[in-house]
Amino acid sequence: MKLIDNIKGGLDKISVETLKERAEAIKNALPKVSEKKEEKPETKEEIPEDCIKCPSCNNIIEKKSLGSLKICPNCAKLFRMNAKDRIKAIADEGSFKEMDINMEAANPLNFPDYSAKIKGLQEKTGLKDAVKTGTCTIGGYRCVIGVMDSGFMMGSMGSVVGEKLTRVFEYGTEHKLPVIIFTCSGGARMQEGIVSLMQMAKVSAAVAKHSEAGQLYVTVLTDPTTGGVTASFAMLGDIILAEPKTLIGFAGRRVIEQTIKQKLPDEFQTSEFLLEHGFVDAIVEREKLPDTLKTILKLHNCKKEVE
Amino acid sequence: MPAYDNVKIARKISRPTALDYIDHIFEDFVELHGDRGFRDDKAVIGGIASINGIPVTVIGIQKGKTMEENIERNFGQPHPEGYRKALRLMEQAEKFHRPIINLINTSGAYPGLGAEERGQGEAIAKNLMVMANLRTPTISVIIGEGGSGGALALAVTDRVWMLENSVYAVLSPEGFASILWKDAKRAKEAADLMKITAEDLLDMGVIEKVIKEVDGGCQNDFGFTANLMKAKLESELEILMAKDIDTLLKERYNRFRSFGEFKE
Ligand SMILES: [Zn+2]
Repeated sequence: MKLIDNIKGGLDKISVETLKERAEAIKNALPKVSEKKEEKPETKEEIPEDCIKCPSCNNIIEKKSLGSLKICPNCAKLFRMNAKDRIKAIADEGSFKEMDINMEAANPLNFPDYSAKIKGLQEKTGLKDAVKTGTCTIGGYRCVIGVMDSGFMMGSMGSVVGEKLTRVFEYGTEHKLPVIIFTCSGGARMQEGIVSLMQMAKVSAAVAKHSEAGQLYVTVLTDPTTGGVTASFAMLGDIILAEPKTLIGFAGRRVIEQTIKQKLPDEFQTSEFLLEHGFVDAIVEREKLPDTLKTILKLHNCKKEVE
Repeated sequence: MPAYDNVKIARKISRPTALDYIDHIFEDFVELHGDRGFRDDKAVIGGIASINGIPVTVIGIQKGKTMEENIERNFGQPHPEGYRKALRLMEQAEKFHRPIINLINTSGAYPGLGAEERGQGEAIAKNLMVMANLRTPTISVIIGEGGSGGALALAVTDRVWMLENSVYAVLSPEGFASILWKDAKRAKEAADLMKITAEDLLDMGVIEKVIKEVDGGCQNDFGFTANLMKAKLESELEILMAKDIDTLLKERYNRFRSFGEFKE
């Protein structure tokens, strides 16, 4: 540890005041370094509108050739799915009934430009906020489902995400239904400050009640699952599944690299890394998720659709 | 005063630490070490003690007062095993019906390779979930920095208090400014917007009590603040211990359930 050696090297000569200053300086230096953003050279390549460049194999591919599951036909890279497509891929056809459709963000800190930003994103994405919730059946089994959407402020969790997910767990507790959450989030929503931090506790407390009532909770970690979402409901599933090669972690890679002054290996914070370290039950291919979920629901004697 | 002044006071290396309060407020402190899984994280201290004749479990996030001490304490940034040690002691407290008092002072959970390998996110998440249902009274006091999930992991309690100059936030003002504006130098501005002071958080209902400090911070008159904290803990414990446990848990659930502002 270079940092420690540097500090210790000068210890005997310096006064307490200098020590204090150094401690402050080191502390202040930690987040500061993150200012330096590596700028990627922008090679302007002409990509036709209906095409996309796969970041994994670098091939230019037609968007529609990704198919409904958004998988690169050349290298099988998983592109991010929005909540709508995900629900279509997971829930039995026509079974999804959305809850809290109109819930949208307020501005608890009166943060400048937050409301305008929300409005702009709502128009652009057709979403109200970063999660869709509702009831559905999967292979005939009834469940409550929440699907986060990285297209809306990187899936960050503010009051709306926290409240909608809390209601998912409360609904599941009340109606004795399993809960399935597809996570995908950059973490807490900064513009809601401490209120977004409190959502971690709020949702986790609702998970606790659902769990105490003996109900099943399955999380499916999708790219990316980080920060306050990882440090709350994402890691609380009775069963935790993940898609292949998904970024999953608590702290950001850059913050860690600056703290430990070391380059991190490529596989760090991938679903494979988490599986190896014991924090994920299984990695499941995207096309196998509906079947896997169905089997899990079946093995927990979950309720089949009635009527 | 600008919120960033509180940040500076909260981070002062001379600011009294968790162990200072434990020494002053509690009797018969017996420190208990280790998470029983990996190692003893020195950024988190904990044990059993008594206050006003009542046995309690007390846990603190411990910063150092010298550079060497800070290296030993990892600058008060716990690893997953620190949170797991705290959880072990809290579950032990529940078993023996001891109230729990958590003293929080951390800039955040440690962002490191080992911390991620051992599940920093899982450790924090587990604490949030288990603490929501601990069948014993719980109080947390933020005595310096209350940094994000790393602080919340000990603060899902019946009561959350702050010392007057401590701060509690989703992220450091520097981190906040660099994420939102790509400019950590705007930390002061961020601090004012973020609502991180004890006064603001009391207004917002995020905490229940503010414990006074003398001008310039509690390092200038430690006894003043520590005695106040002791008196408040004694009277609050009496109130919480008189409650039926199911009522207490319902109130704790509703405490956190109420956070959030949205339109529908
Ligand atoms: Zn490809």
